[in-house]
Amino acid sequence: MSTTTSPTGSATAGVATPGIMESGAVESGGVRLRGITQRFAPAGAPVLDGIDLDIAPGEFVCLLGASGCGKSTLLNIVAGLQDPTAGEVVVGGSGSALMFQEPALFPWLTASRNVELALKLRGVPRGERRGRAAELLHLVRLDGAADKRPHELSGGMRQRVALARSLAQERDVLLMDEPFAALDAITRDLLHDELERIWKQTGRTVVFITHNVREAVRLGQRVLLMSSRPGRIAREWRVDVTGERRIEAPDVSRLAIEITNDLREEIRRHAH
Amino acid sequence: MPTDSPTRARETSTAAGASTDTDTISDLEAGLDALQTVSGSTRSRGRAVLAAAYPPLLAVVILLAVWQVVVWLEIRPVYVIPGPAEVGEAIARAAASGALWEALATSLSRGVLGFLAAVAIGTPLGIVVARVRWVRVTFGPIITGLQVLPSVAWVPAGIIWFGLSDATVYFVILMGAVPSIINGIVAGVDQVPPLYRRVGHVLGAGRITMVKDVILPASLPGYLAGLKQGWAFSWRSLMAAEIIAVGGSIGFGLGAFLQQGRELSDMAIVFVAILLILVVGIAIELLFFSPVEKAMLRRRGLAADPAPANRSSWLSRRRTAATIRSGG
Repeated sequence: MSTTTSPTGSATAGVATPGIMESGAVESGGVRLRGITQRFAPAGAPVLDGIDLDIAPGEFVCLLGASGCGKSTLLNIVAGLQDPTAGEVVVGGSGSALMFQEPALFPWLTASRNVELALKLRGVPRGERRGRAAELLHLVRLDGAADKRPHELSGGMRQRVALARSLAQERDVLLMDEPFAALDAITRDLLHDELERIWKQTGRTVVFITHNVREAVRLGQRVLLMSSRPGRIAREWRVDVTGERRIEAPDVSRLAIEITNDLREEIRRHAH
Repeated sequence: MPTDSPTRARETSTAAGASTDTDTISDLEAGLDALQTVSGSTRSRGRAVLAAAYPPLLAVVILLAVWQVVVWLEIRPVYVIPGPAEVGEAIARAAASGALWEALATSLSRGVLGFLAAVAIGTPLGIVVARVRWVRVTFGPIITGLQVLPSVAWVPAGIIWFGLSDATVYFVILMGAVPSIINGIVAGVDQVPPLYRRVGHVLGAGRITMVKDVILPASLPGYLAGLKQGWAFSWRSLMAAEIIAVGGSIGFGLGAFLQQGRELSDMAIVFVAILLILVVGIAIELLFFSPVEKAMLRRRGLAADPAPANRSSWLSRRRTAATIRSGG
Protein backbone atom coordinates (compact mmCIF):
# COMPACT_ATOMS: atom_id res chain seq x y z
CA MET A 1 0.00 0.00 0.00
CA SER A 2 1.31 3.43 -0.82
CA THR A 3 1.30 6.14 1.77
CA THR A 4 1.17 9.75 0.74
CA THR A 5 -0.25 11.09 -2.46
CA SER A 6 -1.80 14.48 -2.90
CA PRO A 7 -5.55 14.48 -3.57
CA THR A 8 -5.09 15.54 -7.18
CA GLY A 9 -2.03 13.37 -7.61
CA SER A 10 -3.86 10.12 -6.97
CA ALA A 11 -6.33 10.80 -9.77
CA THR A 12 -3.76 11.59 -12.44
CA ALA A 13 -1.31 8.92 -11.34
CA GLY A 14 -4.08 6.36 -11.70
CA VAL A 15 -4.36 7.05 -15.41
CA ALA A 16 -0.70 6.75 -16.19
CA THR A 17 0.13 3.61 -14.20
CA PRO A 18 -1.78 0.54 -13.17
CA GLY A 19 -3.32 2.51 -10.35
CA ILE A 20 -4.95 -0.35 -8.51
CA MET A 21 -2.16 -0.56 -6.00
CA GLU A 22 -1.79 3.05 -5.07
CA SER A 23 -5.10 4.68 -4.38
CA GLY A 24 -5.07 4.29 -0.60
CA ALA A 25 -3.42 7.61 0.10
CA VAL A 26 -3.57 8.39 3.79
CA GLU A 27 -4.99 11.88 3.63
CA SER A 28 -7.33 11.31 0.78
CA GLY A 29 -9.25 8.15 1.61
CA GLY A 30 -11.09 9.31 4.73
CA VAL A 31 -14.74 10.13 5.26
CA ARG A 32 -16.03 12.62 7.82
CA LEU A 33 -19.67 13.09 8.65
CA ARG A 34 -20.87 15.79 11.04
CA GLY A 35 -24.44 16.13 12.25
CA ILE A 36 -25.98 14.42 9.23
CA THR A 37 -29.74 14.80 9.49
CA GLN A 38 -32.24 13.78 6.87
CA ARG A 39 -35.95 14.54 6.96
CA PHE A 40 -38.25 13.55 4.12
CA ALA A 41 -41.25 15.48 5.46
CA PRO A 42 -40.41 18.93 6.85
CA ALA A 43 -42.31 18.36 10.11
CA GLY A 44 -41.84 14.59 10.29
CA ALA A 45 -39.43 12.56 12.37
CA PRO A 46 -35.92 12.53 10.96
CA VAL A 47 -34.77 9.41 9.12
CA LEU A 48 -31.21 10.19 10.10
CA ASP A 49 -30.60 12.20 13.23
CA GLY A 50 -27.31 13.99 13.71
CA ILE A 51 -24.90 11.30 12.64
CA ASP A 52 -21.23 11.95 13.41
CA LEU A 53 -18.79 9.51 11.90
CA ASP A 54 -15.12 9.42 11.06
CA ILE A 55 -13.73 6.76 8.80
CA ALA A 56 -9.99 6.49 8.42
CA PRO A 57 -8.34 6.04 5.03
CA GLY A 58 -8.10 2.36 4.14
CA GLU A 59 -10.54 1.34 6.84
CA PHE A 60 -13.19 -1.33 6.30
CA VAL A 61 -16.39 -0.25 8.06
CA CYS A 62 -19.63 -2.20 8.13
CA LEU A 63 -22.89 -0.37 8.72
CA LEU A 64 -25.42 -2.73 10.21
CA GLY A 65 -29.09 -2.19 10.86
CA ALA A 66 -32.62 -3.43 10.41
CA SER A 67 -34.50 -2.63 7.22
CA GLY A 68 -35.63 0.97 7.14
CA CYS A 69 -33.04 2.32 9.54
CA GLY A 70 -31.75 4.72 6.92
CA LYS A 71 -28.45 3.02 6.20
CA SER A 72 -28.96 3.19 2.43
CA THR A 73 -29.98 6.85 2.78
CA LEU A 74 -26.76 7.49 4.66
CA LEU A 75 -24.78 5.76 1.93
CA ASN A 76 -26.49 7.79 -0.78
CA ILE A 77 -25.60 10.95 1.11
CA VAL A 78 -21.95 9.92 1.32
CA ALA A 79 -22.07 9.06 -2.39
CA GLY A 80 -23.40 12.53 -3.14
CA LEU A 81 -26.57 11.17 -4.75
CA GLN A 82 -28.67 12.89 -2.14
CA ASP A 83 -28.22 16.07 -0.10
CA PRO A 84 -28.81 15.83 3.64
CA THR A 85 -31.31 18.19 5.29
CA ALA A 86 -28.51 19.29 7.58
CA GLY A 87 -24.93 18.36 8.30
CA GLU A 88 -21.59 18.19 6.61
CA VAL A 89 -20.09 15.44 4.45
CA VAL A 90 -16.42 15.38 3.59
CA VAL A 91 -15.10 12.60 1.40
CA GLY A 92 -11.39 13.07 1.09
CA GLY A 93 -9.41 12.69 -2.10
CA SER A 94 -10.95 11.43 -5.29
CA GLY A 95 -14.40 10.79 -3.83
CA SER A 96 -16.43 7.62 -3.74
CA ALA A 97 -17.63 4.82 -5.98
CA LEU A 98 -20.92 3.06 -5.26
CA MET A 99 -21.85 -0.57 -5.76
CA PHE A 100 -25.47 -1.74 -5.58
CA GLN A 101 -27.18 -4.88 -4.40
CA GLU A 102 -27.94 -5.73 -8.04
CA PRO A 103 -24.92 -6.00 -10.31
CA ALA A 104 -26.72 -3.51 -12.63
CA LEU A 105 -24.43 -4.34 -15.53
CA PHE A 106 -25.55 -3.08 -18.91
CA PRO A 107 -26.82 -6.14 -20.82
CA TRP A 108 -25.82 -4.77 -24.21
CA LEU A 109 -22.14 -4.64 -23.22
CA THR A 110 -19.68 -7.45 -22.56
CA ALA A 111 -18.07 -7.73 -19.12
CA SER A 112 -15.00 -5.92 -20.38
CA ARG A 113 -17.04 -3.19 -22.08
CA ASN A 114 -19.00 -2.61 -18.89
CA VAL A 115 -15.75 -1.94 -17.08
CA GLU A 116 -14.47 0.12 -20.00
CA LEU A 117 -17.54 2.34 -19.86
CA ALA A 118 -16.65 3.36 -16.31
CA LEU A 119 -13.13 4.17 -17.54
CA LYS A 120 -14.53 6.11 -20.49
CA LEU A 121 -16.83 8.20 -18.30
CA ARG A 122 -13.83 8.93 -16.09
CA GLY A 123 -11.94 10.25 -19.11
CA VAL A 124 -9.44 7.44 -19.67
CA PRO A 125 -8.23 7.60 -23.30
CA ARG A 126 -9.68 4.98 -25.63
CA GLY A 127 -6.36 3.20 -26.22
CA GLU A 128 -5.82 2.45 -22.53
CA ARG A 129 -9.29 1.25 -21.62
CA ARG A 130 -9.10 -2.32 -22.88
CA GLY A 131 -5.87 -3.00 -21.05
CA ARG A 132 -7.04 -1.39 -17.81
CA ALA A 133 -10.30 -3.36 -17.95
CA ALA A 134 -8.32 -6.58 -18.42
CA GLU A 135 -6.23 -5.78 -15.32
CA LEU A 136 -9.35 -5.12 -13.27
CA LEU A 137 -11.06 -8.29 -14.47
CA HIS A 138 -7.88 -10.14 -13.59
CA LEU A 139 -8.06 -8.62 -10.12
CA VAL A 140 -11.55 -10.06 -9.60
CA ARG A 141 -10.38 -13.30 -11.27
CA LEU A 142 -12.54 -13.10 -14.35
CA ASP A 143 -9.83 -13.27 -16.97
CA GLY A 144 -11.80 -15.65 -19.16
CA ALA A 145 -15.05 -13.72 -18.98
CA ALA A 146 -14.03 -10.45 -20.64
CA ASP A 147 -16.05 -11.09 -23.78
CA LYS A 148 -19.03 -12.70 -22.08
CA ARG A 149 -22.27 -10.82 -21.76
CA PRO A 150 -23.90 -10.38 -18.35
CA HIS A 151 -26.62 -12.97 -18.99
CA GLU A 152 -23.95 -15.57 -19.66
CA LEU A 153 -22.44 -15.05 -16.20
CA SER A 154 -23.58 -16.37 -12.83
CA GLY A 155 -24.81 -13.99 -10.13
CA GLY A 156 -21.49 -14.08 -8.32
CA MET A 157 -19.54 -13.43 -11.51
CA ARG A 158 -21.78 -10.50 -12.38
CA GLN A 159 -21.24 -8.99 -8.97
CA ARG A 160 -17.48 -9.37 -9.46
CA VAL A 161 -17.74 -7.53 -12.79
CA ALA A 162 -19.69 -4.83 -10.95
CA LEU A 163 -16.89 -4.70 -8.37
CA ALA A 164 -14.32 -4.35 -11.15
CA ARG A 165 -16.42 -1.56 -12.62
CA SER A 166 -16.54 0.23 -9.26
CA LEU A 167 -12.78 -0.15 -8.91
CA ALA A 168 -12.40 1.28 -12.43
CA GLN A 169 -13.81 4.53 -11.13
CA GLU A 170 -10.50 4.85 -9.31
CA ARG A 171 -12.02 6.43 -6.20
CA ASP A 172 -10.44 6.15 -2.78
CA VAL A 173 -13.69 5.21 -1.09
CA LEU A 174 -15.79 2.23 -2.12
CA LEU A 175 -19.38 2.31 -0.90
CA MET A 176 -21.20 -1.01 -1.04
CA ASP A 177 -24.95 -1.25 -0.54
CA GLU A 178 -25.70 -4.87 0.46
CA PRO A 179 -23.74 -6.11 -2.54
CA PHE A 180 -23.97 -9.81 -1.68
CA ALA A 181 -27.51 -9.93 -0.29
CA ALA A 182 -28.98 -11.55 -3.41
CA LEU A 183 -26.34 -14.28 -3.73
CA ASP A 184 -26.44 -17.86 -2.51
CA ALA A 185 -24.51 -18.65 0.68
CA ILE A 186 -21.65 -20.52 -1.00
CA THR A 187 -21.00 -17.73 -3.47
CA ARG A 188 -21.35 -15.11 -0.76
CA ASP A 189 -18.71 -16.79 1.43
CA LEU A 190 -16.35 -16.88 -1.47
CA LEU A 191 -16.94 -13.24 -2.34
CA HIS A 192 -16.17 -12.32 1.27
CA ASP A 193 -12.72 -13.85 0.78
CA GLU A 194 -12.38 -12.07 -2.54
CA LEU A 195 -13.46 -8.70 -1.24
CA GLU A 196 -11.07 -8.99 1.69
CA ARG A 197 -8.20 -9.82 -0.64
CA ILE A 198 -9.04 -6.98 -3.03
CA TRP A 199 -9.45 -4.53 -0.17
CA LYS A 200 -6.00 -5.45 1.14
CA GLN A 201 -4.52 -5.31 -2.33
CA THR A 202 -5.99 -1.94 -3.33
CA GLY A 203 -5.99 -0.15 0.00
CA ARG A 204 -9.45 1.26 -0.63
CA THR A 205 -11.60 2.62 2.17
CA VAL A 206 -14.70 0.43 2.22
CA VAL A 207 -18.08 1.33 3.70
CA PHE A 208 -20.18 -1.80 3.53
CA ILE A 209 -23.89 -1.86 4.28
CA THR A 210 -25.51 -5.09 5.36
CA HIS A 211 -28.29 -6.50 7.50
CA ASN A 212 -26.32 -9.69 7.96
CA VAL A 213 -24.55 -9.57 11.32
CA ARG A 214 -22.10 -12.39 10.57
CA GLU A 215 -21.20 -10.80 7.27
CA ALA A 216 -20.47 -7.52 9.07
CA VAL A 217 -18.24 -9.24 11.61
CA ARG A 218 -16.59 -11.40 8.95
CA LEU A 219 -15.60 -8.36 6.89
CA GLY A 220 -15.42 -5.20 8.95
CA GLN A 221 -12.60 -3.79 11.02
CA ARG A 222 -15.31 -1.77 12.66
CA VAL A 223 -18.99 -2.63 12.87
CA LEU A 224 -21.48 0.19 13.43
CA LEU A 225 -24.97 -0.69 14.59
CA MET A 226 -27.60 1.76 13.47
CA SER A 227 -30.82 2.34 15.34
CA SER A 228 -34.08 2.89 13.49
CA ARG A 229 -36.39 5.90 13.50
CA PRO A 230 -34.53 8.08 14.08
CA GLY A 231 -31.42 6.59 12.49
CA ARG A 232 -28.45 7.01 14.75
CA ILE A 233 -25.30 5.08 15.35
CA ALA A 234 -26.28 3.14 18.45
CA ARG A 235 -23.07 1.28 19.17
CA GLU A 236 -19.86 0.30 17.54
CA TRP A 237 -17.45 -2.60 17.82
CA ARG A 238 -13.87 -2.81 16.75
CA VAL A 239 -13.12 -6.24 15.34
CA ASP A 240 -9.49 -6.89 16.13
CA VAL A 241 -8.16 -9.54 13.86
CA THR A 242 -4.71 -10.94 13.80
CA GLY A 243 -5.05 -13.79 11.34
CA GLU A 244 -7.47 -14.84 8.68
CA ARG A 245 -11.14 -15.05 9.64
CA ARG A 246 -13.99 -17.09 8.28
CA ILE A 247 -17.69 -16.71 8.70
CA GLU A 248 -17.83 -19.97 10.67
CA ALA A 249 -14.97 -19.08 13.01
CA PRO A 250 -15.92 -19.18 16.73
CA ASP A 251 -14.71 -15.63 17.36
CA VAL A 252 -16.87 -14.34 14.54
CA SER A 253 -19.84 -16.22 15.98
CA ARG A 254 -19.22 -14.93 19.47
CA LEU A 255 -19.17 -11.30 18.41
CA ALA A 256 -22.07 -11.87 16.01
CA ILE A 257 -24.21 -13.20 18.86
CA GLU A 258 -23.39 -10.16 20.97
CA ILE A 259 -24.22 -7.76 18.16
CA THR A 260 -27.39 -9.66 17.25
CA ASN A 261 -28.60 -9.31 20.83
CA ASP A 262 -28.07 -5.56 20.66
CA LEU A 263 -29.76 -5.40 17.28
CA ARG A 264 -32.79 -7.28 18.60
CA GLU A 265 -32.91 -5.07 21.66
CA GLU A 266 -32.89 -2.11 19.30
CA ILE A 267 -35.75 -3.57 17.24
CA ARG A 268 -37.73 -4.47 20.38
CA ARG A 269 -37.76 -0.82 21.40
CA HIS A 270 -40.19 -0.21 18.56
CA ALA A 271 -42.71 -2.75 19.82
CA HIS A 272 -44.58 -0.20 21.92
CA MET B 1 -8.91 -14.34 15.22
CA PRO B 2 -6.36 -14.97 17.89
CA THR B 3 -6.83 -18.75 18.07
CA ASP B 4 -7.75 -21.17 15.37
CA SER B 5 -10.00 -24.06 16.24
CA PRO B 6 -8.59 -27.52 15.46
CA THR B 7 -11.04 -28.15 12.63
CA ARG B 8 -10.28 -24.85 11.08
CA ALA B 9 -6.56 -25.64 11.24
CA ARG B 10 -7.06 -29.00 9.55
CA GLU B 11 -9.14 -27.50 6.76
CA THR B 12 -6.38 -25.20 5.71
CA SER B 13 -3.49 -27.34 6.81
CA THR B 14 -1.75 -26.70 3.50
CA ALA B 15 -2.33 -22.99 3.78
CA ALA B 16 0.98 -22.26 5.39
CA GLY B 17 1.77 -19.56 2.86
CA ALA B 18 -0.76 -16.98 1.74
CA SER B 19 -0.27 -17.87 -1.91
CA THR B 20 -1.37 -21.48 -1.45
CA ASP B 21 -4.53 -20.26 0.22
CA THR B 22 -5.15 -17.80 -2.59
CA ASP B 23 -4.80 -20.65 -5.09
CA THR B 24 -7.37 -22.67 -3.18
CA ILE B 25 -9.84 -19.80 -3.31
CA SER B 26 -9.08 -19.24 -6.96
CA ASP B 27 -9.74 -22.92 -7.78
CA LEU B 28 -12.90 -22.88 -5.71
CA GLU B 29 -14.07 -19.81 -7.51
CA ALA B 30 -13.27 -21.24 -10.94
CA GLY B 31 -15.22 -24.38 -10.01
CA LEU B 32 -18.21 -22.38 -8.84
CA ASP B 33 -18.14 -20.20 -11.95
CA ALA B 34 -18.09 -23.30 -14.14
CA LEU B 35 -20.97 -24.87 -12.22
CA GLN B 36 -23.13 -21.79 -12.34
CA THR B 37 -22.80 -20.89 -15.99
CA VAL B 38 -24.72 -22.80 -18.64
CA SER B 39 -23.08 -23.66 -21.92
CA GLY B 40 -24.80 -22.72 -25.16
CA SER B 41 -27.08 -24.84 -27.28
CA THR B 42 -25.45 -27.53 -29.38
CA ARG B 43 -28.19 -27.74 -32.02
CA SER B 44 -26.98 -27.11 -35.53
CA ARG B 45 -28.02 -23.86 -37.15
CA GLY B 46 -29.36 -25.46 -40.31
CA ARG B 47 -31.66 -27.75 -38.40
CA ALA B 48 -32.88 -24.86 -36.27
CA VAL B 49 -33.79 -22.81 -39.36
CA LEU B 50 -35.56 -25.79 -40.88
CA ALA B 51 -37.48 -26.44 -37.67
CA ALA B 52 -38.53 -22.79 -37.52
CA ALA B 53 -39.56 -22.60 -41.18
CA TYR B 54 -41.55 -25.82 -41.26
CA PRO B 55 -44.83 -24.78 -39.48
CA PRO B 56 -45.43 -21.55 -41.47
CA LEU B 57 -44.72 -23.42 -44.72
CA LEU B 58 -47.26 -26.03 -43.68
CA ALA B 59 -49.80 -23.22 -43.22
CA VAL B 60 -49.10 -21.99 -46.78
CA VAL B 61 -49.69 -25.47 -48.16
CA ILE B 62 -52.98 -25.80 -46.23
CA LEU B 63 -54.19 -22.39 -47.47
CA LEU B 64 -53.32 -23.28 -51.07
CA ALA B 65 -55.25 -26.55 -50.73
CA VAL B 66 -58.32 -24.79 -49.29
CA TRP B 67 -58.16 -22.22 -52.08
CA GLN B 68 -57.97 -24.95 -54.73
CA VAL B 69 -60.91 -26.80 -53.15
CA VAL B 70 -63.01 -23.59 -53.19
CA VAL B 71 -62.18 -23.13 -56.87
CA TRP B 72 -63.07 -26.77 -57.64
CA LEU B 73 -66.44 -26.34 -55.92
CA GLU B 74 -67.19 -23.63 -58.51
CA ILE B 75 -69.14 -21.43 -56.08
CA ARG B 76 -68.26 -18.57 -58.40
CA PRO B 77 -66.90 -18.70 -61.97
CA VAL B 78 -63.12 -18.89 -62.41
CA TYR B 79 -62.84 -15.27 -63.65
CA VAL B 80 -64.27 -14.12 -60.29
CA ILE B 81 -62.28 -16.52 -58.11
CA PRO B 82 -59.27 -17.67 -60.10
CA GLY B 83 -57.41 -20.74 -58.84
CA PRO B 84 -53.73 -21.11 -57.94
CA ALA B 85 -53.02 -22.30 -61.49
CA GLU B 86 -54.56 -19.19 -63.12
CA VAL B 87 -52.74 -16.88 -60.67
CA GLY B 88 -49.48 -18.74 -61.32
CA GLU B 89 -49.99 -18.21 -65.01
CA ALA B 90 -50.69 -14.50 -64.45
CA ILE B 91 -47.45 -14.23 -62.45
CA ALA B 92 -45.52 -15.80 -65.32
CA ARG B 93 -47.16 -13.45 -67.82
CA ALA B 94 -46.50 -10.35 -65.72
CA ALA B 95 -42.91 -11.46 -65.16
CA ALA B 96 -42.37 -12.06 -68.88
CA SER B 97 -43.79 -8.67 -69.87
CA GLY B 98 -41.62 -6.98 -67.24
CA ALA B 99 -44.62 -5.27 -65.57
CA LEU B 100 -44.10 -7.35 -62.40
CA TRP B 101 -40.44 -6.40 -62.04
CA GLU B 102 -41.11 -2.76 -62.78
CA ALA B 103 -43.90 -2.57 -60.20
CA LEU B 104 -41.82 -4.46 -57.64
CA ALA B 105 -38.72 -2.32 -58.14
CA THR B 106 -40.68 0.96 -58.08
CA SER B 107 -42.61 0.15 -54.91
CA LEU B 108 -39.70 -1.44 -53.08
CA SER B 109 -37.32 1.45 -53.75
CA ARG B 110 -39.98 3.97 -52.72
CA GLY B 111 -40.90 1.99 -49.63
CA VAL B 112 -37.29 1.62 -48.49
CA LEU B 113 -36.40 5.23 -49.29
CA GLY B 114 -39.53 6.55 -47.57
CA PHE B 115 -38.89 4.34 -44.56
CA LEU B 116 -35.28 5.51 -44.28
CA ALA B 117 -36.47 9.12 -44.45
CA ALA B 118 -39.03 8.36 -41.74
CA VAL B 119 -36.25 6.87 -39.57
CA ALA B 120 -34.04 9.89 -40.17
CA ILE B 121 -36.84 12.26 -39.16
CA GLY B 122 -38.51 10.14 -36.47
CA THR B 123 -35.39 9.18 -34.52
CA PRO B 124 -34.22 12.66 -33.45
CA LEU B 125 -37.84 13.75 -32.90
CA GLY B 126 -38.39 10.65 -30.76
CA ILE B 127 -35.36 11.40 -28.62
CA VAL B 128 -36.57 14.96 -28.08
CA VAL B 129 -40.11 13.85 -27.21
CA ALA B 130 -38.80 11.19 -24.84
CA ARG B 131 -36.26 13.37 -23.07
CA VAL B 132 -37.73 16.88 -23.00
CA ARG B 133 -40.60 16.98 -20.58
CA TRP B 134 -42.61 19.88 -21.91
CA VAL B 135 -42.40 18.62 -25.50
CA ARG B 136 -43.65 15.28 -24.33
CA VAL B 137 -46.51 16.70 -22.31
CA THR B 138 -47.65 18.96 -25.16
CA PHE B 139 -47.00 16.91 -28.31
CA GLY B 140 -46.93 13.37 -26.93
CA PRO B 141 -50.69 12.74 -26.97
CA ILE B 142 -51.07 14.15 -30.49
CA ILE B 143 -48.28 11.93 -31.82
CA THR B 144 -49.84 8.88 -30.18
CA GLY B 145 -53.19 9.93 -31.66
CA LEU B 146 -51.68 10.25 -35.14
CA GLN B 147 -50.88 6.57 -35.05
CA VAL B 148 -54.57 5.80 -35.01
CA LEU B 149 -55.25 7.91 -38.09
CA PRO B 150 -55.16 5.71 -41.22
CA SER B 151 -52.51 7.21 -43.45
CA VAL B 152 -54.78 6.80 -46.50
CA ALA B 153 -56.57 9.87 -45.11
CA TRP B 154 -53.51 11.93 -46.05
CA VAL B 155 -53.66 10.93 -49.75
CA PRO B 156 -56.22 13.56 -50.87
CA ALA B 157 -54.34 16.26 -49.00
CA GLY B 158 -51.08 15.09 -50.57
CA ILE B 159 -52.57 15.19 -54.07
CA ILE B 160 -53.85 18.75 -53.55
CA TRP B 161 -50.53 19.96 -52.13
CA PHE B 162 -48.05 18.04 -54.27
CA GLY B 163 -50.06 16.89 -57.31
CA LEU B 164 -49.67 13.43 -58.81
CA SER B 165 -45.96 13.24 -58.05
CA ASP B 166 -43.59 11.13 -55.96
CA ALA B 167 -43.73 13.88 -53.33
CA THR B 168 -47.32 12.84 -52.54
CA VAL B 169 -46.23 9.24 -52.06
CA TYR B 170 -43.36 10.17 -49.73
CA PHE B 171 -45.57 12.60 -47.83
CA VAL B 172 -48.08 9.84 -47.09
CA ILE B 173 -45.33 7.41 -46.06
CA LEU B 174 -43.84 9.94 -43.65
CA MET B 175 -47.21 10.77 -42.09
CA GLY B 176 -47.79 7.05 -41.58
CA ALA B 177 -44.40 5.93 -40.32
CA VAL B 178 -42.90 8.82 -38.35
CA PRO B 179 -45.40 8.66 -35.43
CA SER B 180 -44.73 4.92 -34.98
CA ILE B 181 -41.00 5.47 -34.86
CA ILE B 182 -41.36 8.33 -32.37
CA ASN B 183 -43.63 6.20 -30.21
CA GLY B 184 -41.19 3.30 -30.41
CA ILE B 185 -38.38 5.44 -29.02
CA VAL B 186 -40.58 6.95 -26.31
CA ALA B 187 -41.74 3.46 -25.25
CA GLY B 188 -38.16 2.20 -25.32
CA VAL B 189 -36.89 5.09 -23.19
CA ASP B 190 -39.72 4.63 -20.71
CA GLN B 191 -38.74 1.00 -20.25
CA VAL B 192 -35.16 1.82 -19.29
CA PRO B 193 -34.84 0.59 -15.70
CA PRO B 194 -34.24 3.52 -13.30
CA LEU B 195 -31.30 1.56 -11.91
CA TYR B 196 -29.43 1.98 -15.23
CA ARG B 197 -29.76 5.74 -14.93
CA ARG B 198 -28.51 5.62 -11.35
CA VAL B 199 -25.52 3.54 -12.44
CA GLY B 200 -24.82 6.01 -15.24
CA HIS B 201 -25.01 8.83 -12.72
CA VAL B 202 -22.72 7.07 -10.25
CA LEU B 203 -20.21 6.36 -13.03
CA GLY B 204 -20.17 10.08 -13.81
CA ALA B 205 -22.22 10.28 -17.02
CA GLY B 206 -23.14 13.80 -18.11
CA ARG B 207 -26.30 14.83 -19.94
CA ILE B 208 -25.07 13.79 -23.35
CA THR B 209 -23.12 10.68 -22.35
CA MET B 210 -26.11 9.52 -20.32
CA VAL B 211 -28.27 9.58 -23.46
CA LYS B 212 -25.58 8.17 -25.75
CA ASP B 213 -24.08 5.46 -23.54
CA VAL B 214 -26.98 4.47 -21.29
CA ILE B 215 -30.46 5.50 -22.39
CA LEU B 216 -30.24 4.92 -26.13
CA PRO B 217 -28.63 1.48 -25.98
CA ALA B 218 -31.00 0.49 -23.19
CA SER B 219 -34.04 1.56 -25.22
CA LEU B 220 -32.95 -0.29 -28.36
CA PRO B 221 -35.52 -3.13 -28.04
CA GLY B 222 -38.38 -0.63 -27.96
CA TYR B 223 -36.82 1.37 -30.77
CA LEU B 224 -36.52 -1.73 -32.93
CA ALA B 225 -40.15 -2.63 -32.27
CA GLY B 226 -41.03 0.93 -33.34
CA LEU B 227 -38.95 0.56 -36.52
CA LYS B 228 -40.74 -2.67 -37.37
CA GLN B 229 -44.09 -1.02 -36.95
CA GLY B 230 -42.77 2.00 -38.85
CA TRP B 231 -41.87 -0.23 -41.79
CA ALA B 232 -45.31 -1.87 -41.74
CA PHE B 233 -46.93 1.58 -41.74
CA SER B 234 -44.62 2.81 -44.52
CA TRP B 235 -45.52 -0.13 -46.71
CA ARG B 236 -49.26 0.19 -46.07
CA SER B 237 -49.21 3.97 -46.62
CA LEU B 238 -47.29 3.49 -49.83
CA MET B 239 -49.85 1.01 -51.15
CA ALA B 240 -52.73 3.31 -50.21
CA ALA B 241 -51.07 6.19 -52.01
CA GLU B 242 -50.24 4.12 -55.09
CA ILE B 243 -53.77 2.75 -55.43
CA ILE B 244 -55.44 6.15 -55.16
CA ALA B 245 -52.89 8.36 -56.88
CA VAL B 246 -52.32 6.86 -60.31
CA GLY B 247 -50.97 8.73 -63.32
CA GLY B 248 -49.13 12.05 -63.48
CA SER B 249 -45.41 11.70 -62.80
CA ILE B 250 -46.03 8.83 -60.37
CA GLY B 251 -44.32 5.71 -61.67
CA PHE B 252 -45.86 2.26 -62.01
CA GLY B 253 -45.80 0.58 -58.58
CA LEU B 254 -47.53 -2.45 -57.06
CA GLY B 255 -50.53 -0.30 -56.10
CA ALA B 256 -50.93 0.89 -59.68
CA PHE B 257 -50.50 -2.71 -60.85
CA LEU B 258 -53.35 -3.74 -58.53
CA GLN B 259 -55.50 -0.83 -59.68
CA GLN B 260 -54.83 -1.78 -63.31
CA GLY B 261 -56.05 -5.32 -62.59
CA ARG B 262 -59.27 -3.90 -61.17
CA GLU B 263 -59.84 -1.64 -64.19
CA LEU B 264 -59.35 -4.60 -66.55
CA SER B 265 -61.54 -6.75 -64.25
CA ASP B 266 -58.64 -9.23 -64.33
CA MET B 267 -59.00 -11.02 -60.98
CA ALA B 268 -55.83 -13.04 -61.56
CA ILE B 269 -53.78 -9.81 -61.80
CA VAL B 270 -55.51 -8.46 -58.67
CA PHE B 271 -54.53 -11.64 -56.84
CA VAL B 272 -50.96 -11.44 -58.11
CA ALA B 273 -50.66 -7.85 -56.89
CA ILE B 274 -52.09 -8.68 -53.45
CA LEU B 275 -49.73 -11.65 -53.14
CA LEU B 276 -46.72 -9.56 -54.15
CA ILE B 277 -47.58 -6.82 -51.63
CA LEU B 278 -47.88 -9.45 -48.92
CA VAL B 279 -44.71 -11.30 -49.94
CA VAL B 280 -42.62 -8.10 -49.90
CA GLY B 281 -43.91 -7.25 -46.42
CA ILE B 282 -43.11 -10.72 -45.09
CA ALA B 283 -39.75 -10.88 -46.86
CA ILE B 284 -38.54 -7.61 -45.31
CA GLU B 285 -39.64 -8.86 -41.89
CA LEU B 286 -37.96 -12.26 -42.31
CA LEU B 287 -34.79 -11.13 -44.03
CA PHE B 288 -34.13 -7.92 -42.14
CA PHE B 289 -36.06 -7.16 -38.95
CA SER B 290 -36.35 -10.65 -37.58
CA PRO B 291 -32.61 -11.50 -37.70
CA VAL B 292 -31.62 -8.09 -36.33
CA GLU B 293 -34.12 -8.30 -33.49
CA LYS B 294 -33.26 -11.90 -32.69
CA ALA B 295 -29.54 -11.16 -32.59
CA MET B 296 -30.10 -8.21 -30.28
CA LEU B 297 -32.36 -10.10 -27.90
CA ARG B 298 -29.97 -13.04 -27.81
CA ARG B 299 -27.01 -10.77 -27.04
CA ARG B 300 -28.91 -9.28 -24.12
CA GLY B 301 -30.14 -12.62 -22.85
CA LEU B 302 -33.74 -11.62 -23.54
CA ALA B 303 -34.49 -14.30 -26.12
CA ALA B 304 -36.73 -16.96 -24.65
CA ASP B 305 -34.59 -19.91 -23.57
CA PRO B 306 -32.15 -20.59 -26.47
CA ALA B 307 -32.38 -24.37 -26.93
CA PRO B 308 -36.12 -25.15 -26.99
CA ALA B 309 -36.93 -21.74 -28.47
CA ASN B 310 -35.60 -22.96 -31.80
CA ARG B 311 -38.53 -25.26 -32.14
CA SER B 312 -41.17 -22.67 -31.26
CA SER B 313 -39.22 -19.59 -32.22
CA TRP B 314 -41.79 -18.31 -34.68
CA LEU B 315 -44.36 -17.92 -31.93
CA SER B 316 -42.07 -17.05 -29.04
CA ARG B 317 -40.39 -14.29 -31.02
CA ARG B 318 -43.73 -12.68 -31.59
CA ARG B 319 -44.52 -13.01 -27.93
CA THR B 320 -41.21 -11.43 -26.93
CA ALA B 321 -41.77 -8.51 -29.26
CA ALA B 322 -45.28 -8.06 -27.92
CA THR B 323 -44.02 -8.10 -24.34
CA ILE B 324 -41.45 -5.48 -25.14
CA ARG B 325 -43.97 -3.25 -26.86
CA SER B 326 -46.47 -3.51 -24.05
CA GLY B 327 -43.69 -2.75 -21.58
CA GLY B 328 -44.05 -5.97 -19.59
